[in-house]
Amino acid sequence: MNMTVAQSAAVSSARPTQPAGAKRQMPHVPENANEKISVRNLKFYYGDTLALKGISLPLYERKVTAFIGPSGCGKSTLLRILNRMYDLYPGQRADGEVLLDGENILSPKQDKNLLRSRVGMVFQKPTPFPMTIYDNIAFGVRLYEKLSKAEMDERVESSLRRAALWNEVKDKLHASGQSLSGGQQQRLCIARTVAIKPEVILLDEPCSALDPISTAKIEELIDELKAEYTIAIVTHNMQQAARCSEYTAFMYLGELVEFDETSRIFTTPSDQRTQDYITGRFG
Amino acid sequence: MAEHIVSAYDAELAALRNRVVEMGGIAEKMLDDATRALVRRDAELAQSVINADVRLDNLQREIEENAILTIAKRQPMAVDLREIISAIRVAGDVERIGDLAKNIAKRAVAISGQMQPTRIVVGVEHMSDLVQEQLKDVLDGFTQQNVNVAIDVWKRDGEIDALYTSLFRELLTYMMEDPRNIGFCTHMLFCAKNIERIGDHTTNIAETIYYLVTGNPLVSERPKNDDTSFARVGEG
Repeated sequence: MNMTVAQSAAVSSARPTQPAGAKRQMPHVPENANEKISVRNLKFYYGDTLALKGISLPLYERKVTAFIGPSGCGKSTLLRILNRMYDLYPGQRADGEVLLDGENILSPKQDKNLLRSRVGMVFQKPTPFPMTIYDNIAFGVRLYEKLSKAEMDERVESSLRRAALWNEVKDKLHASGQSLSGGQQQRLCIARTVAIKPEVILLDEPCSALDPISTAKIEELIDELKAEYTIAIVTHNMQQAARCSEYTAFMYLGELVEFDETSRIFTTPSDQRTQDYITGRFG
Repeated sequence: MAEHIVSAYDAELAALRNRVVEMGGIAEKMLDDATRALVRRDAELAQSVINADVRLDNLQREIEENAILTIAKRQPMAVDLREIISAIRVAGDVERIGDLAKNIAKRAVAISGQMQPTRIVVGVEHMSDLVQEQLKDVLDGFTQQNVNVAIDVWKRDGEIDALYTSLFRELLTYMMEDPRNIGFCTHMLFCAKNIERIGDHTTNIAETIYYLVTGNPLVSERPKNDDTSFARVGEG
């Protein structure tokens, strides 16, 4: 599937009635939808192993795109490519193009620190630094910006507020970040990501270690954050994908099986494998 | 279709389906019996139809309760969700079909002593035969999840509407011929209307089957030939 906005727009106007299982062509693309990130024929290798087999899909600006699929299908791999996390490991390489605002981030000339300030990431397990709550947030900011004490205080507060954590930690900003509960730690990590004002936020199973209330808070947060950020979320929780995202990509064995509006993926998916996976029939 | 990893889920869906099929069988028999009771002026048979409706109501309630429970427990997606929603909808339609058959049976009781010419009943009986065929086909279509059967039933409803319009005129004629027919013919007219409504519910079920299988609504304009709402006495 190769989805440029122009192509998608050309087919999105009419969606003819067709029997289940028939291949739909393109997802509906909202007017003025801007592709913040365009993944084009992306292949990824762990050594000699081909983990992504030529994937193309868009991440629309200020939309949430969910990646679902069984373990080992390449969702997290794809996410790790979007801010070149894989560069930290020898023997891993990516082919193809990943365009961020039209610029190929896979190019050797790409400044990786700058890239990671534009594309932030939150991991499955909360990863607060072994330092105070305040410094957990200020640490990253100091790498990119010179702020006065007052400005930094304000940045820390606004980031914590945005991550819906401020009220819980405002009286203990100098306590260790690791003293917080799991859900709070995860929101601290989100606050840390938001603090450096990225454009894209990658969430790799952000709620898998959290209780339902913390999960609900993170989901509420995602809903608020999408007004400003382009968000990609990997999740094993199908209901979470259905609730949080506008677009969903179903991946299987390193291939993109189906990409469509979330509302269609979870009601009338066009590919049998998608249907089997989301209905719990995967053998 | 492949089975769920959790086999209890399959069992729950199968149980829902089976209850809907059971309801369909009861409703078919009710319509058949109600029509025979009407033709033969058989009050006893009519009473059995009235009694059967209770079972239909109970089954519908069970289907709704179990469907809600399955939704709460399994958070169904895609075809599973459509299957559960379809079961709820079809059970609702079949329950209404039962009510309408019961209405016919009540009228059969009301006219059981009267001996009007049989030709007056023939038209209603014929219409009931057509609708029974529709009902049987659509219930088979539901069991087999057959879209083509559903579309066929959906299109055939126009014939029933047309028949109802002509029956309406015919009954008016009998009433004008002999005022002593008015009471009887009015009952017949209501019975015909009930049968026509049952036809409408079969098209609802056809639409549900289409949705269940394809995930899309069946939307194009259906042929409608019931223009009795515009008919006036003394015309045509």
